[in-house]
This record gives sequence, structure tokens and C-alpha cells, in this order.
Amino acid sequence: MQKRVVFNNRLLPYLLLAPQILVTLVFFFWPAGQAIYQSAFIPDPFGLKTQFVGLDNFRFLFSDPYYLASFKTTVIFSSLVTLVSMGAALWLAVMADRVIKGSSAYKSLLVWPYAVAPAVAGVLWLFMFNPNVGLVAWYLGVLGYDWNHVLNDNEAMGLVVAASAWRQISYNFLFFLAGLQAIPKSVIEAAAIDGATFARRFWTIVFPLLSPTTFFLLVVNIVYAFFETFGVIHTITLGGPQQATTILVYKVFSDGFVGQDLGSSAAQSVVLLFVVGVLTVVQFRYVERKVHY
Amino acid sequence: MSGMVEKRGLGTWLTHIGLILGIAIICFPIYMAFVASTVTQSEIAQPPMPLLPGPHFIDNYTAALTQGINAPVMTMLVNSMVMALGITIGKISISLISAYAIVYFKFPFRMAFFWMIFLTLMLPVEVRIVPTYEVVAGFGMLNSYSGLILPLIASATATFLFRQFFLTVPDELVEAARVDGAGPVRFFIDILLPMSRTNIAALFVILFIYGWNQYLWPLLITTEPEMNTIVMGIKQMFPSGDDIANWPVIMATTLMAMLPPVAVVVLMQRLFVKGLVESEK
Amino acid sequence: MADITFNAIRKSYGRTEVIHGIDAEIADGEFIVIVGPSGCGKSTLLRMVAGLETITSGEVHIGDRVVNALEPRERDIAMVFQNYALYPHMSVFDNMAYGLKIANVPKPEIAERVAEAARMLELEPYLERKPRQLSGGQRQRVAMGRAIVRKPAVFLFDEPLSNLDAKLRVQMRLEIKALQRKLGVTALYVTHDQVEAMTLADRMIVMNAGVCEQIGAPLDVYADPATLFVAGFIGSPPMNVISHDIRPGHGALAPGAVIGVRPEHIDLVEPGTGLIDFDVGFCEPLGAETLVHGVTAAGDKLVVRIDGETRPPADGVKTGLSIDPSKIMMFDPSGHRTSA
Repeated sequence: MQKRVVFNNRLLPYLLLAPQILVTLVFFFWPAGQAIYQSAFIPDPFGLKTQFVGLDNFRFLFSDPYYLASFKTTVIFSSLVTLVSMGAALWLAVMADRVIKGSSAYKSLLVWPYAVAPAVAGVLWLFMFNPNVGLVAWYLGVLGYDWNHVLNDNEAMGLVVAASAWRQISYNFLFFLAGLQAIPKSVIEAAAIDGATFARRFWTIVFPLLSPTTFFLLVVNIVYAFFETFGVIHTITLGGPQQATTILVYKVFSDGFVGQDLGSSAAQSVVLLFVVGVLTVVQFRYVERKVHY
Repeated sequence: MSGMVEKRGLGTWLTHIGLILGIAIICFPIYMAFVASTVTQSEIAQPPMPLLPGPHFIDNYTAALTQGINAPVMTMLVNSMVMALGITIGKISISLISAYAIVYFKFPFRMAFFWMIFLTLMLPVEVRIVPTYEVVAGFGMLNSYSGLILPLIASATATFLFRQFFLTVPDELVEAARVDGAGPVRFFIDILLPMSRTNIAALFVILFIYGWNQYLWPLLITTEPEMNTIVMGIKQMFPSGDDIANWPVIMATTLMAMLPPVAVVVLMQRLFVKGLVESEK
Repeated sequence: MADITFNAIRKSYGRTEVIHGIDAEIADGEFIVIVGPSGCGKSTLLRMVAGLETITSGEVHIGDRVVNALEPRERDIAMVFQNYALYPHMSVFDNMAYGLKIANVPKPEIAERVAEAARMLELEPYLERKPRQLSGGQRQRVAMGRAIVRKPAVFLFDEPLSNLDAKLRVQMRLEIKALQRKLGVTALYVTHDQVEAMTLADRMIVMNAGVCEQIGAPLDVYADPATLFVAGFIGSPPMNVISHDIRPGHGALAPGAVIGVRPEHIDLVEPGTGLIDFDVGFCEPLGAETLVHGVTAAGDKLVVRIDGETRPPADGVKTGLSIDPSKIMMFDPSGHRTSA
């Protein structure tokens, strides 16, 4: 945690810490405190003064069918994003691990989507599936399927999931490939000598040995789907149709900035704070231990 | 015997084909965007759009860069660059010195500060947007670079990364430096900083991407088109009503929005992977 | 150039005292080796001289100054570390020049002093290289060069040779000794290796469990150990410890008291003719000498050193032991030497 020999200056360490602490106080702790404070008030209809309501905002929140629906949407969305992006990434990583030649070339070709902003990913997919001009939407029409994610809940969900998962594949791929390459070749060769087929080797040996990586990526992907996909939703569906793709983070934004319901938005922030807290603890408790020890 | 080899060869070929197919699917959206940025509006408006690039590359990109739709893309690129570099350099600087204080000094409330920074791990911008917006508005920092940069500059991740690295630097180095007569400032500048070069570079790649790709925050605090960043500006280019969007210009802008971070990843792939792995530790 | 005085030096970490009061006077230009097993406090003592550890109580004088409160750089010392502690991103030249640059020594003088040290240490071809491009021995030389260019009053060495292989260690040992003689700088050298201590020291300080057991010239300490610990620690193989009085005409030893005899002070004789009979267990022929291991009739395990050209006894043979009475040392139950 610290060095054997340390410097003894009195003032210097505080000066060194000052910028970070200042920014943290002003832009993290003060707003977080505000969120907690505001969550206990509601403004009057004219916005002139606020009234203390205790936990009413939370009570209202958890009896609000729209909020509960948003919770459900978030769970479905996160599960699908995690499943799709991890599944695709594992599939690609297993293949890239198998080829001896060109493995690093494939790696180079697969890592870059990580650099694409979620919002940009949203625009790219929106373009392909745009009901009027999108190429994929048009070919689906030729095949007899009338694609319109602007009206259809499931299609909207499918599209935001695809765009979100697409961008995350490269991240998962990198970690899966590293995990696969860390498995000693002798273990797999021993299984091959024992006569196990490739599929059998994969499910009985490779996959269990990969489980620390898988678990780590599970947490990372859930965090990603919860908190970093705002750009995808905002560019493709704006949370619609109706509320079909309104995940929790999007709802904080739409209630707070579009709906101007500050009390409810603040209460939602507090709930999310709690969710982040739990995920962070899980990440540190399990992931650290499992992945690195 | 030859049967074995043949079978193996076939398996390898299938694997290569599978990988190429996967990459093709992953690259397809980008290819379509590129095609769209080289054709005319009317070619897209009458589906199906062409599958091969057209001759209007220069027209569309020039139009985007100089006029854009709300603001010239050039302006947005500059804004994005300022924001991304500001966040990256700011984060690295304040994290370096705060990690240095925590690892190399002994002072009252050291652990309290440490936990204070640690807690910020739990507070992504997306969670505290409304109150943070109010704070920034209160400072009069809407539509300004400082408003874009400062709230995103504190980062527990970078501080932890540097702390982790400093802890692996042998104690004897600071002792040797002290015997050589170096005080804390000299030791930091002459010894520790040069030794952290690779870590700084790796973090630079990760943070540049993070800063460049910000969406929600600039969306909230830049109401003037001249202050828009390119990533959030794309969405603003879509017409609000039923008008047909100017897809060639929008797609040209989209590709230009991707180019800097993708270039950074491709050109500095080794550092990028290092940064990615270490920042998740 | 300076002499050093330790005045009742103590060191505690919290409530645990690890150094229990050390007194010593070191003359200007002397080469002092602090030797002892790991954890005996020898490195802590050195680091207190360097200013890298605070002194809990007592005083360290360097020259005519009490240095307790001074920063390392104000003490006029230079230090060579066990792992060399070279700055990995600096060239050999910059590593050696760093301390001088901080002290604002003019550039031409820095160049001159580094060049001189490099010549002395045969490092001239490597001045532009980075530490990772050097071998272990070369790194060791750079670490010494960094100390030399400062022209300090005192050299401090903290186990500087323990990362080198055996052959290089012997060579560097000679170089360090020659260099210190040439420069005439007072040197404090910490090691756990008694051979290094014996070969390098003008005088050595033998430490054990935070206490100074004996200070003296190597051969004096060897010939005349003050305590059982020193007798066992200095000399290889160590002094034989016998718990039965084998001297003719003496009764039983006081409980806990022991006799000590160096292996080379025992001769093998015909059974029944020596002080006591001896069962040979096995022999280790080392060329110049042979070590004979066995058990006395009273049950003490002994090692006898005989000349390498003498034919060693067969395993299991019975012999007698003859010992020069003047070479027998007596230790009381607390481990201190007694006369009778």
C-alpha cells in the first residue's frame, strides 16, 4: 500500500491531491448529495418552491408501472446484449485461437469496433434498418417481412440490442482470446490423446477453464449495457416505441430533462447509485479474486 | 495418414472461412456507411441503395466539413479533439499526482482521501446527470470547453492504475534518488514520470477513446451548434419532421466521427490492449 | 573523509525494538564490515547512517557533525544497493551524473568526474547504454561509479554482491577492496556472508538479534571470539561445540556451559591415546583439506579438519582425538567467553 521510505513534506501531498479532490467534490459528491437531497422533495407546479415529501418519491417510483416496466426492459436489454456479444465473441475467439497463421491479423481486424462510440454504432445500424431507405429493411421487405422498428416493440429492442452488442464484441473477443491462449496446450493435447472430440474438449475442459474470464466479462457487459448504451438508445429509438426501449439510464434523462420531473429523476438517480454500488462490489469481490488469483 | 492431414487442412480452411465471415458481418455496417457517403441523396432515397461506392466521395465530405447541417463538421471535429485531449490530459495529470501523493507520502487523512477517490468509481456521469448539469450551469459553464471537460476529468480508474504501477517500482530507486539528493518533486519529474511512459501512453489511448466517444454529457451542456462535438452532433443532423435525412452527408460525418479513435486503436494496438487489460484490474 | 561514531543507537518500529543500543568508533579511511544473519538489524543500522531510517535514540556522528536530523544528501555519503537501484530510463552516464546534476556541479566537471570513474571501473565503452543492456557485473560497477563520482566522505554498501554469481562475487570483492584502498574513503559494508566479511574488513562488527556481539579485526575475531554466537558464525566449518569437559583433570561442566574447539585444532591419533575416543562417521575430501565428521565417546558431534594429503580414515573407524589445551575455549551458559 505504501513505500518503505516516504517523503515527509507536510504541505506537498495535499497540494498534489488538491486537483483531484476538488474535481471529485464539486462534480461527484456535491451532485450526488444533491440527488439524494432532491429525491426527498417535489417542486410545486410553478417551480417556485419545493416541498419536503420524505420517501414519497421512492414510494411513488416503485408503484409507477412505467418505472417498473423500465426495470424489466433494462433486465431484458442487458441480458440480450450480454448474451449476444459474449456468444459471438467466444465463437470468434475459439476460431482465432485455432488458426496458427494469421491469428494476430484477425485480432487487428476485430478490435477496432471498440473505438466506435455507442452513438455512432446506433447511427450505423439505424441506417441499415431505416424503414424507408435502409438496405437490410428493404431486403427483408423483398423476403416478405415488413420491418418497422419505429412501430414494433420487439424490432426496436432487437435493433438496439444488435447495435449495442456489435460494438462490445471486440472487447469480449480480446479477453476471451487472451483467456484461451492462457490455457496450457498440454491440457488440451492430453484430452485429445484421451480421444475427446473438439466439441467435447471444448465443453469439458476449455469452457470450465475459461470460466473466470467469462464471469469477469459477464459483469463488465452488464455494466456496459446498463450505463453506457445511452447513445445507442437515443440515436435509434429515443426510448420508443412508447417506452419499449426505455432503460433506466434513459428514463433518468427523459424524466429529468424532457419531463422536468426533478424529484422523480433524482430518486431514480439514487436507485441507480445503489445498483452501481452493488455491481462495483460484485466486480471487486469476485472478479478480482477469480480472475487474477 | 494422408486422410488425417487432409481432414486437418479442411478444418483449418473452415475456421478461416468462419473468421472471415464473422469479420465481414462486423465490418458490413461500416461498408454500407462508406457506400452511402459516396453516392447522392436521391440514390439512397430510392431503395435499394447501391452496393458499390459511387463517385461523390469528395462532394459529400467537402459538404460535410465546410457546411454540415447545423454546424460545419470541421468545427465539431475541433470541439471533439479539444474535449478528448482535455479529458485525457487532465485525467492523466491529476491522477498521476494524486497517486504519487498516496503512494509516496505519509500524512493525516491519507486513507480518507483514498476512499474518497475510490467512491467515484461508483458514480458514472449517466447516474448523476441532472444535479451535475445544475452544478455546471451554476458555474456558467454551459456551452464551454471547461464545462465539457472538467466534470469528466476525475477518475478513480486512472488513479488506481498509477498507484498500482508506483507500488511495483522498487523502493531502492527512491532511496537511491534521495541519497543522490533528489527531493520529492525532482524524484517525480526525473525518475518516476519517465518510468511511467508506457503506462501513460496506454492510458492515453483508452482515455482518448473515452473522451472522444462521450455522448450524453455534450448533448446536455452544448445547446449551441458551434459547441457540438461530432459524436453528439450526428444525431442533431437528422430532420425533426418527416423530411428525408441527408444520408450522404450524415454518413460522411459518421465515418469522420469514427476515424480518430479507430485510428488510435489500430495504430497503437499493443498499447491499447495493455491499457484495456490494466484498467480493468 | 570522515570518522563515524555510533553512540547508543536504538531503533524501534512501534513498540518493537529491533536494535538495542550499538556503540562503535570507526576511524577515517577504515573498511568496516557489518556482518550477521538475516534479520539481525545490520541493514537497518546502515540505513540509519544513510538517513533512510530515522534513529529512535542515540546519535550517529559523521566527522564532527551529529547527522540524526540531516537528509541523506546532507550527510556526505554515497550508497550502493543490493539490487543496484539504477534508474532504468537513464544511460550509464546519466545514472552516474544524476547526483552531481542535482548538486549543480558545472557540466564540464560532471563530464570529467564521470569519465574518471568510468576509467577506473572500465565502464568507458558502456556510458551510452541503458542499465538493461548491461550484465550483472557491469550494473554493479555502475552502481559503484554512481557512488564514486560524488566523492563522499563515507561509502555505504548494502549487500552489494549478493545478486552476482559466485565467480563474479569473488572478482568484485577484490575490486571493491582495491578501490576503497585507492580512494581512502571510510566504508561501511553490510553482508551476511562471513567470507566476504573476513576478506574485506579492516575491522568487522558482528551483529546478532539487534546487538553488537563483537568488534575487531577479522583474524582477531576468528582467533578470539567473544561469544559462542561469533564462534559459530565466523569460520567454516564452524567451531565445534562440546557439552562434556574432555580436558584431563577437570570435572563436569557447569550446566549449560560448553567448550569450543576449531576443527583445525584437533588431531586424529590412535584410539585410547588422545583426550577422548572418536567414531568416524564419514569424510568430505576437499582437496587441500579433508573434513572428518564423527561422534566422541561422550556423544558430542565433531568435525575435524586434517591435511588434504593425509590419507583420510575409513568410515566407521575408531580413533582418538588430541587437542592443544591452549586452543580450547570456554563459554558460560549465556554464551560469553570465560577463562576457566
